[in-house]
Amino acid sequence: MSTHASHKKRSGLMDWLTTVDHKKIGILYLIAGGFFFIIGGLEAMFMRIQLFKPENDFVAAETFNQLLTMHGTTMIFFAAMPLIFAFMNAVVPLQIGARDVAFPFVNSLGFWLFFFGGVLLNLSWLLGGAPDAGWTAYAPLSTTSEGSGVDFYVLGLQISGAGTLIGGINFLVTIINMRAPGMTFMRMPLFTWTAFVTSGLILFAFPPLTIGLFMLMFERVFDANFFNPDNGGNILIWEHIFWIFGHPEVYILILPSFGAISEVVATFSRKRLFGYSAMVFATVLIGFLGFMVWVHHMFTVGLGPVANSIFAVATMAIAVPTGVKIFNWLFTMWGGRIVFSTAMLWAVGFIPTFVMGGVTGVMLAIPSADYQFHDSYFVVAHFHYVIVGGVILGLFAGLYYWYPRMFNRVLNETLGKIHFWTFFIGFHLTFFPQHFLGLMGMPRRVFTYLSGQDLDQLNFISTIGAFLMAIGTIVLFINVIISTSKKYAPSSDPWHGRTLEWAIPYPTPEYNFAQTPLVRGLDAFWIEKAAGNKGMTPAEPVGDIHMPNPSILPLIISAGLFVAAFGLIYDTMTVVVIGMAITFICMFLRSVIDDHGFHIHKEEVEEDLKGVKL
Amino acid sequence: MDAGQRLTDDNFPEHPEKATLEGKNKFLGFWLFLGGETVLFATLFGTYLGLRHMNMDGPSTEELFKLPTVFLATMLLLTSSLTSVYAVLALKQNRVRTLQKWFIITLILGLAFLGLEVYEFMEYVHEGHTFTSSAFGSAFYTLVGFHGGHVAFGCLWIITLLARNWNRGITLVNAPKYYLFALYWHFVDVVWVFIFTVVYLMGKVG
Amino acid sequence: MFAMLALLLMGCGDPTLSALMPQGEVADKQYSLMVLSLAIMIFVLLVVFVIYVFVIIKFRKRKGDDTIPEQVEGNHLLEILWTAIPILLLIILAVPTVMQTFDLSAKEKPKKGELALKVTGHQYWWEFEYPKEEIITSQELVLPVNTKVHVELSSADVIHSFWIPSLAGKTDTNPGDGSKNYMWIETGSKEQVYKGKCAELCGASHALMDFKVKVVSKDKYQAWVSSFKKASGKATGNAAEGQKIFQKNCLSCHAVGKEGGATGPNLTGFGDKERVAGVLEHDKDNVKKWIENPQKVKPGNNMPNVPLNDEEVDAVADYLLSLKLQ
Repeated sequence: MSTHASHKKRSGLMDWLTTVDHKKIGILYLIAGGFFFIIGGLEAMFMRIQLFKPENDFVAAETFNQLLTMHGTTMIFFAAMPLIFAFMNAVVPLQIGARDVAFPFVNSLGFWLFFFGGVLLNLSWLLGGAPDAGWTAYAPLSTTSEGSGVDFYVLGLQISGAGTLIGGINFLVTIINMRAPGMTFMRMPLFTWTAFVTSGLILFAFPPLTIGLFMLMFERVFDANFFNPDNGGNILIWEHIFWIFGHPEVYILILPSFGAISEVVATFSRKRLFGYSAMVFATVLIGFLGFMVWVHHMFTVGLGPVANSIFAVATMAIAVPTGVKIFNWLFTMWGGRIVFSTAMLWAVGFIPTFVMGGVTGVMLAIPSADYQFHDSYFVVAHFHYVIVGGVILGLFAGLYYWYPRMFNRVLNETLGKIHFWTFFIGFHLTFFPQHFLGLMGMPRRVFTYLSGQDLDQLNFISTIGAFLMAIGTIVLFINVIISTSKKYAPSSDPWHGRTLEWAIPYPTPEYNFAQTPLVRGLDAFWIEKAAGNKGMTPAEPVGDIHMPNPSILPLIISAGLFVAAFGLIYDTMTVVVIGMAITFICMFLRSVIDDHGFHIHKEEVEEDLKGVKL
Repeated sequence: MDAGQRLTDDNFPEHPEKATLEGKNKFLGFWLFLGGETVLFATLFGTYLGLRHMNMDGPSTEELFKLPTVFLATMLLLTSSLTSVYAVLALKQNRVRTLQKWFIITLILGLAFLGLEVYEFMEYVHEGHTFTSSAFGSAFYTLVGFHGGHVAFGCLWIITLLARNWNRGITLVNAPKYYLFALYWHFVDVVWVFIFTVVYLMGKVG
Repeated sequence: MFAMLALLLMGCGDPTLSALMPQGEVADKQYSLMVLSLAIMIFVLLVVFVIYVFVIIKFRKRKGDDTIPEQVEGNHLLEILWTAIPILLLIILAVPTVMQTFDLSAKEKPKKGELALKVTGHQYWWEFEYPKEEIITSQELVLPVNTKVHVELSSADVIHSFWIPSLAGKTDTNPGDGSKNYMWIETGSKEQVYKGKCAELCGASHALMDFKVKVVSKDKYQAWVSSFKKASGKATGNAAEGQKIFQKNCLSCHAVGKEGGATGPNLTGFGDKERVAGVLEHDKDNVKKWIENPQKVKPGNNMPNVPLNDEEVDAVADYLLSLKLQ
């Protein structure tokens, strides 16, 4: 045996700061994502309060533009993305029968990069004003925006984007290389499939954003001319680059939600997912088509009828695989024994809501009609139907479903149902009227509207709805707080799960699987249970388990970039050099210090196995 | 067996870079990373193609580029790719000193390339073609500079790698690292071939 | 069903602002595609909702029923059906979509004798130039009924988007000569003042970048053109006092008649406008309010606070309101 570093137990805060365990990183993502979700939600509330009556003066015009920019940026990059990564971390390795992700150190680095990026961006509120050019940051509004707000946007996204990119690569490798014996691609649970396709999209969509952000930074900090028409630049370059990233980003968000919904619908209908292979194919196709449609965000930009028509038809085509998914969910429930747990309620609420968002998406694909819809409240309604009605409802379903696995406790079902109904009704009340506001001539991103334009009533209703959503969210947080005082869940398999993550005892051991399981088909755990087995058949004897060492370096590497970002924002090169030095020295240390991890010895594993509770 | 142990000719696997799960993961992860890098450079190329005629009052591509210098740079980099291939061959034959020799030559060629690029940029700045002079300037220096940054990072990488493993022989831990460096170096080289074609040749001809 | 849908949507909103009350050929065409797509989409929604409601009522778990349902893998026929039918529906939608996209763009640029218009977006106002008539005005377009208007769009600063919901969908105004855009409007048969909006976030006062389109009879339009060209900006009484102050303090940016700069809106015929600065009621108090502190009305706009005392402001307001055509 080797003489690797011994098993270092860290406790308390240090444990969380240095952890490379995917389960803990999942929890960190969940907490951080939840925190930013609240901030983004507060920003939304301030906007809806401002718009509840015409010519209101609750916030100033400049503040409103900061609110709308920060709401969009925060919700997309710092709430939805980390929440998705939370579940990918918590669930994917378990679903494929792995002991961790392929690169645990990189996984931790990805989290800390995201976290420092988010903190950096939000500090702009306290340091002279948040970015105010919209989450799309169109040049030249973004390049000429005064103050440092847009610099915070650029660097916050750059740092967190790097984290997302390496996270995506990590999950691709994990899913390709680390599946348990027998877990073929076509036996992978659908959530793992969607995580896989989403990671692929991240890999190809984030580099254009990286370059776009570099250009924007060069333009603002070093006087470059990419987007400056007076010096040969072209503003359309930013729009193209942004949407080449931005459209796949939408699918990056929605696919894991589709995956969560697929798991929840199948589990609570007590049925195998209907048309599994069609679902997989549809997922891959949506991911592929996602890269071919970015111009539908730019129909009014003046690219001409040929470009507009091609991208219109390509966009419409996405409706087909999406429709396939909807019908497969419906027919999974068909003939089932549907249990309306809270998780299932979210999934059941998701289906019609997402369909409504989908059909307005097809309407938006028509260029000449889009000339009317574009940048109006119709679009605001549409993308909230797909992102809140799709992504967030799916994530809530996943939260209630996987909460026992992540925290060994269940959330209260009654509070969960109150959360569902207030949020769900509030959501439709908020966003359904906005379709009409847009058609009635209300542009988006307006800090106020004049009276006498027949826009008053619907805006008022919309604001009422927003308050209901806020109440729902508060109920969720009460539920979470109550759950922490509760004892462990009554069972490690509270929902009669179908997939491997429910085959593990609770609390989940650090090494996930004492013995790597042998997978004998789709819904691996369900198959064993149906055959009368208590657990999975092991694919290996009990032995020493190799584990990675915890490390503080990911946090410091990210902190170094955070410091360097301040140097760039305030044009102080010494600070940039100090920050980059911190980062590079840590990277250097990482590569020269031998770190082979440690082993959990066979005896310990056997000891654990004796005390197993299922 | 300990992955950090020096391999002997007897236990030397056919593919030392992929003989462990860690090695396999790194190998696949790095290929994927290069896929992302490809998109990154594609974005830069797209931007450059859109802006290359926007030289405003500054010199145009025809006036600016001097093919002999660029050709020399290309040769340096192509040769360095070849020498890194020899290094990987040595890796597969468990000949660590040969590997070190070839990687050092690779490094020297890379550094020479960088020196030439710095000289070239200084010339251009003299002729009024700067980062801020026009959209063409911004796009040119960003694209070529990003590539130069990759070369520089590669140089730092191989220096660290060689120094840390100088007396260790080839192990299952460092074999993937050597291999991935070579992969990275080829990638950087291929990007340069595109830069040579799209930026310099097309700049001279079209 | 079509007619029902159309009826349902009609009557939503302000008739001078709503895209659901289209006037003129362009808005009509766009509206018809909106209705067609909506009809198809409502059909899809109905199918999904019917299956959905049936499923969640019929297949809920009954108390005491602990049986395991049959584990169905899927059904090829169904999969083919719900792939093929949406494709058919989309083809029905795609054909008119592509046709209209080309049709609308084919008529963007003016033929000989047609009315041409140049629109330039500024933070936060609109400049309108009639190149053939040699008229430059701001904030309020005057157009004849039943006329095709061909618009060339550009921007003096950031991206704006030119939108008159009742008459035509929006098109962006891009800065830079290489990114000029074109669109056309058909003014319809009603004599009416339409509301126009900026639809692209362009800064603090994006929400206040409203403009008006006055569609008038052809005679009135001709009269407007000729009186605009004759306008001189002469004034009498307190207004004459105001004119002097205006010439000293304002003319470098604002033109009246043939004189003055082009940095700010052209104020010829200011007395006839519908709104002050595009948003305030058109009266003397509001003119004064604007001159005294433009930032208070439209935050972030480029007009400086001109150091005038109360009487001077009063005189300038009188002068501006006296600038009427005809």
